[in-house]
Amino acid sequence: MAAPLEVTGSDTEAQPEAVLAGVDGKAIQGRSLGQIAWMRLKRDKVALAGGVIVILLILLAIFGPLLVQSPLDYHQNLIDPTYNRPKTGIWHTGISADHLLGVEPGTGRDLLSRIVHGARISLLVSFLATLLSVVIGTILGITAGYFGGWVDMLISRAMDAFLAFPLLLFAIALVAVISDGSFGLSGNGLRIGVLVVVIGFFNWPYIGRIIRGQTLSLREREFVDAARSMGARNSYILFKEILPNLVAPILVYATLLIPTNILFEAALSFLGVGVIPPTPSWGGMLTLAVPIYSSDPMYMIVPGVAIFITVLAFNLLGDGLRDALDPRAK
Amino acid sequence: MLLLITLVTFGIFFGLPKLAGQTTDQLAASYVGKAPTQEAIEATKERLGLDKPIVVQYGNYLKGIVAGEDFKAGPVTDHCPAPCLGYSFRTSQPVLPTLMDRAPATLGLAVGAAIVWLVAGVATGVVSALKRGSIWDRAAMVVALSGVSLPIYFTGLVSLALFSYKLGIFPGGGSYVGFSQDPVKWFESLVLPWVTLAFLYAAMYARLTRAGMLETMNEDYIRTARAKGLPEKTVITRHALRASLTPILTVFGLDFGLLIGGAVLTENTFSIPGLGQLAISSIGTGDLPMVLGVTTLAATFIVVINLVVDLLYAVIDPRVRLG
Repeated sequence: MAAPLEVTGSDTEAQPEAVLAGVDGKAIQGRSLGQIAWMRLKRDKVALAGGVIVILLILLAIFGPLLVQSPLDYHQNLIDPTYNRPKTGIWHTGISADHLLGVEPGTGRDLLSRIVHGARISLLVSFLATLLSVVIGTILGITAGYFGGWVDMLISRAMDAFLAFPLLLFAIALVAVISDGSFGLSGNGLRIGVLVVVIGFFNWPYIGRIIRGQTLSLREREFVDAARSMGARNSYILFKEILPNLVAPILVYATLLIPTNILFEAALSFLGVGVIPPTPSWGGMLTLAVPIYSSDPMYMIVPGVAIFITVLAFNLLGDGLRDALDPRAK
Repeated sequence: MLLLITLVTFGIFFGLPKLAGQTTDQLAASYVGKAPTQEAIEATKERLGLDKPIVVQYGNYLKGIVAGEDFKAGPVTDHCPAPCLGYSFRTSQPVLPTLMDRAPATLGLAVGAAIVWLVAGVATGVVSALKRGSIWDRAAMVVALSGVSLPIYFTGLVSLALFSYKLGIFPGGGSYVGFSQDPVKWFESLVLPWVTLAFLYAAMYARLTRAGMLETMNEDYIRTARAKGLPEKTVITRHALRASLTPILTVFGLDFGLLIGGAVLTENTFSIPGLGQLAISSIGTGDLPMVLGVTTLAATFIVVINLVVDLLYAVIDPRVRLG
């Protein structure tokens, strides 16, 4: 964890503060990578806003379901049977004090509660899938980059092949092929598991390529030579010398992978291979909106905007983190 | 590469169910229909060769692609001529003709959208590179971020609600007409899908073009071209743009290939009867050979496109030599 981080630390952006601190008569202190990154991130208002939204969303996904009403209750007294849409609220959304985002056309289920429960599924699947991608991508990327030769050849080819596959089609087909009761799981437990594995498994090359590239340059560095000359084993060099230097890119690209995975999960739910209704999901809500967009255009807005805000917030935070942790990468 | 693709596709569809603990009986049953009889299951198992080891099955599948394959259904034998991508037991027909039937809609959607986003993206990119820091430049950046953050089925629905339902300018979903039947209506029905699909990509291409242009405009040969007294227009189009197109082409090859898979969402939103919709409906009816066919076709397409892109490098960038 030694040399290269300090090199990054003495980057131009950090220097004005350091000089100022010296003028004030205080001792000039060394700063860790985390401190420098946090300092840069604090100045990036857009990324901070994204970060705040992300934290709020995570809190909402964890605690929200405890606060809202059941997403499965029908409120058919609110539905106008002639048009099959909510009777009350502006633009027939059914918005009222009881239903802050309105109710679903046809069934009258509370939209706020469906969005909150949907957030839980969406974030759960995308976080776990990202974790899986990061683990596979890091292990294979670092192996390919460090050992080179035929190992690198093999892993790089595999990454190319994965990138060339029509992911969405494959994912749909996979989810469809695995029947209920496989792997000793059933129902939504199985579906969420399959979603996580499919999304995570197909996205690892994005992380893998970046890690491989970074490892390629890191293994030529002096501190790796030094470790090797002292008789360190490969496993020691990989995990104690190289891996700590990869924390920054892993963090950045994991943050950028989460929104991709949220969109992926929503797309699969939209196509009907996500969690099983009546469990609410954002993509599933949009599926319901397709046949009724002309009679009830307001209904698609709520899940659509939920996806948009979430994905945008993660993207902004990810971009900000990248600028803060690795200013040279663009 | 193609071999690898068939291997993986095949592995997913026939190997994975086995790993998941399904017996061949269950697998065969999933091909037969909702309420299969034991007899039908046995027959299907024999016809599909599901009782044979997985390696032999894969061999037969490959043989089918090269030389065609016969499927015996009791006394009747159906011949599936090469290239045989599979035989649907749901429709009792080879898969390929159905695929070919659906392909034009997907291809029309993909090509049209690609043209829209390339033209719009590259043009915006050039303008924002030449007028750096202007309002164009910032707008393109904002649109790019929202472009990647919006799911296509949402923008598609919003555009349908707005332009088709509220304003009535374009026909609504499900209005797709074949090109050979009525080219004008075909065009009208595809304008909205093209634009919504292109919206996702155009902004990203604008940013790519911008970065590439900014870099190439500082090259020595641009100064030389200017010094020769060439008009600025020629310098920009023939010298600068040409060089900055190479990275765009790389990304374009990948994106366009993936688009065939991505068309699934667009086709479902706009009810276009293309390959993506076929895949979804086939999954609904459990027609696995059909799904296998679509995926194999899409994967093949991606590989071919990438090859074409490699060849195009040499055309666009004279510094690249083939061989």
